[in-house]
Amino acid sequence: MLRLEPRSTQSLSAAWLSPMLALVLTAVTGGIIFLAMGKDPATALYIYFVEPLTSSSGLSEVAVKAGPLVLIGIGLSFGFRAGIWNIGAEGQYIAGAIAGGGLAVFWYESTSAFLLPAMLLTGILGGMAWAAIPALLKTRFNANEILVSLMLVYVAELLLVHLVQGPWRNPMGWGFPGTRVFPDAATMPLLFTGKRVHLGSVLTLAVPFIAWFLLARTRFGFRIKLFGSAPLAARHAGVQSNRIIWQSLLIGGGLAGLAGVIEAAGTIGQLMPDISPGYGFTAIIVAFLGRLHPVGVLLAGIAIAVTYIGGESAQISAGLPKAVTGLFQGIILFYLLAFDLFTRYKIVLPSRQAVQQ
Amino acid sequence: MPIPDSPLLSLTGIRKVFPGCIANDAIDLDVQPGEIHALLGENGAGKSTLVKIIYGVLRPDQGDIHWNGDLVQIANPAQAREFGIGMVFQHFSLFEALTTLENVALALPREDHDKLRARLVETADAYGLALQPDRHVHELSMGERQRIEIVRCLLQDPQLLILDEPTSVLTPQETETLFETLRKLAAERRAILYISHKLEEVRSLCDKATILRNGRRVDDCIPSAETARSLAEKMIGKRVESVRKRATTQQGNIGLQVSSLTTHSHQPHGMDLSDIDFAVRGGEILGIAGIAGNGQIELMDALSGETGAPLGGTIEILGTDATHLNPNERRDLGAVFVPEERIGQAAVADMTLVENSFLTASARMKFSPNGLIDWNAVGSFADNIVRDFDVRTTGVSALASSLSGGNLQKFIVGREMLQEPQLLIVSQPTWGVDAGAAAAIHEEIQRLVSAGAAVLVISQDLDEIFLLSDRIAVISQGTLSSATPANDVTPEDIGLLMGVRHTQQEKTKYAAA
Repeated sequence: MLRLEPRSTQSLSAAWLSPMLALVLTAVTGGIIFLAMGKDPATALYIYFVEPLTSSSGLSEVAVKAGPLVLIGIGLSFGFRAGIWNIGAEGQYIAGAIAGGGLAVFWYESTSAFLLPAMLLTGILGGMAWAAIPALLKTRFNANEILVSLMLVYVAELLLVHLVQGPWRNPMGWGFPGTRVFPDAATMPLLFTGKRVHLGSVLTLAVPFIAWFLLARTRFGFRIKLFGSAPLAARHAGVQSNRIIWQSLLIGGGLAGLAGVIEAAGTIGQLMPDISPGYGFTAIIVAFLGRLHPVGVLLAGIAIAVTYIGGESAQISAGLPKAVTGLFQGIILFYLLAFDLFTRYKIVLPSRQAVQQ
Repeated sequence: MPIPDSPLLSLTGIRKVFPGCIANDAIDLDVQPGEIHALLGENGAGKSTLVKIIYGVLRPDQGDIHWNGDLVQIANPAQAREFGIGMVFQHFSLFEALTTLENVALALPREDHDKLRARLVETADAYGLALQPDRHVHELSMGERQRIEIVRCLLQDPQLLILDEPTSVLTPQETETLFETLRKLAAERRAILYISHKLEEVRSLCDKATILRNGRRVDDCIPSAETARSLAEKMIGKRVESVRKRATTQQGNIGLQVSSLTTHSHQPHGMDLSDIDFAVRGGEILGIAGIAGNGQIELMDALSGETGAPLGGTIEILGTDATHLNPNERRDLGAVFVPEERIGQAAVADMTLVENSFLTASARMKFSPNGLIDWNAVGSFADNIVRDFDVRTTGVSALASSLSGGNLQKFIVGREMLQEPQLLIVSQPTWGVDAGAAAAIHEEIQRLVSAGAAVLVISQDLDEIFLLSDRIAVISQGTLSSATPANDVTPEDIGLLMGVRHTQQEKTKYAAA
């Protein structure tokens, strides 16, 4: 029998190797699935994983998709490090889009240079407000933040649908659910003409480095890590648990809200029911794939973005179903969790019984 | 008659290697029937590894085990029990919400409860182990819980009983009762392997001792023919300077004043504190003795401020009312705390020594004035701890989990001492710590007091309480006796104060007498 023994030290190489191996095995498993579906695995995998990275428009699309995933993933990684399980980033993303996008809906003829910054700010505040609900209920009544934050996703989705079909509906929109198209002053400037990648990607790129600095160099970051890994030691060090709960939920909510408003003001340019292909949930995978480390989350966000783009092109050029994207994300998470075991444990081969010398 | 050349258990050339350390190397051990055999050694000497091999929890890399003369392999604890080997671990494996009988039934093959109850009562009576089968474990004292563990082993009729540090949770009176039971068992030709680092106990109880050091067997001896000092020297491998009792120093201002402290425990099955009064002056050590689970943890938490303001009463630290202050505000007043729980509370296992230095020292040492951590300053502080307190480690970037228990405690005590506190509150300072490290920690505490600091020591170890304290009080069922000068009481007096509630009336009477 094989046995698992705890490692005496956490293996650093295993910590980086296991996400890589998870990706490789995902590709292998995917290949087998493609084969079973009667597709040529090499072509399908090429379309899925490589093609998005070979053209400038592919890269631009990857950046567009990776942006919200990285922003939300970074925010979530603070909470997950502290042991606060915010599962409702999707709702906070929508709340941010509503709060920030609302400004553009009201001032739809504005040309003010302050409109976009104001939208970003209210987007952050909107996400924070949505995350404040689980924070308040947890600190006041010890309500489980997993359930509260998750249920608020559906509330936010319904609120968005109500707004874009009711009070905020575009009067010139032929009855389609959706707001007016945002004015130029409320739209993220594009970086290159003809590509969808916009200023939001540049803002997003800065966030992992700020997060890294907070975690490595500040007392706040230390306390987040401490609270998650040893709550009693945190108490001993004078860390107030309510404060950590508030801080980590507000950071997660704020960044999700920022992602929401950037998406609305950047890629989409209006509010409509489908402003998220599940970014808030996928970002949970991104956070763990990136080992809750800011730079890791950045890389993981890009990797998952490739699966989105690859999934789209696989639908178009290889005729594969849409579900393949979700399937691949699921397989990645599965292998990642499996390999996680090996960063903490090692396999011991059965040894022969001790023999007398 | 025991035949000397046919031991019950015989180990030869046992070797067990863990990554990074040789836990056991070339260990030979013979245990005769009817013998109480001590396994003596410092923490990390390899005692636990060796008994885990005997009990089938671990397998040796090399070496032979003979049981009743036959070469055997012990694959797991179930097989060990089949052979007739029983073990009482240091940390009990009992379900608090179940009764004594239910706990015993769980460990045995299926058996009718009424029959089992009869057997349990019979066995307990036969060995003088008072037990009530239908009481819930959470109501029981540590001594009673240990008796359940022992009876549970005895019901399986073991030929060899292994006890790991059994007296660490007992009062002196309970210890004496345990020894009588063990002698009775030995008289029935059962063998007992007794693991301890308490030298006096081993001398009075054991027929033979095997001494381990750094994973090797260094000596076999007859403990009663040795002195405690000579045993200690064999154990540590060098001459022991006994810690001398410090001459009473000039007493200073009040460092800690606790009045009518009353709390409600935050833990299930926790102990509520009721009406606790005491004071500690600068230049003085107050020792609080007592059996585990009588409110020590709750008292420590209340004093450090970790569980918030108490239900009632006041805590004054160095003349300032600290009742409503948080831990770091109390540290700013000049207090430092060493809680009982080392891993997970006083230190974080998967953080480096540098990070662990920041943990509690950041408040007093101003390591993060603007919220930015000055890791260089923390690093040199950690270097100082390692150097001044002789912490054996590969460096300050080692994880706390890589340190042995004794070294980690030296690190924790050092971290608090280097902050130059005027008040030190320390719980179980040397629990599970090897003798060398314990002596070093005791010396440092003495030095701090001589420099004028006030020290409160909470400890289950009566030897330690008597060694360090100027005055002694006893905590029992969440109440505290009045403190008496250490020179006026004996360990037996203190033992009698354990297990009774200390009411205000009794305290006044005691003070008047």
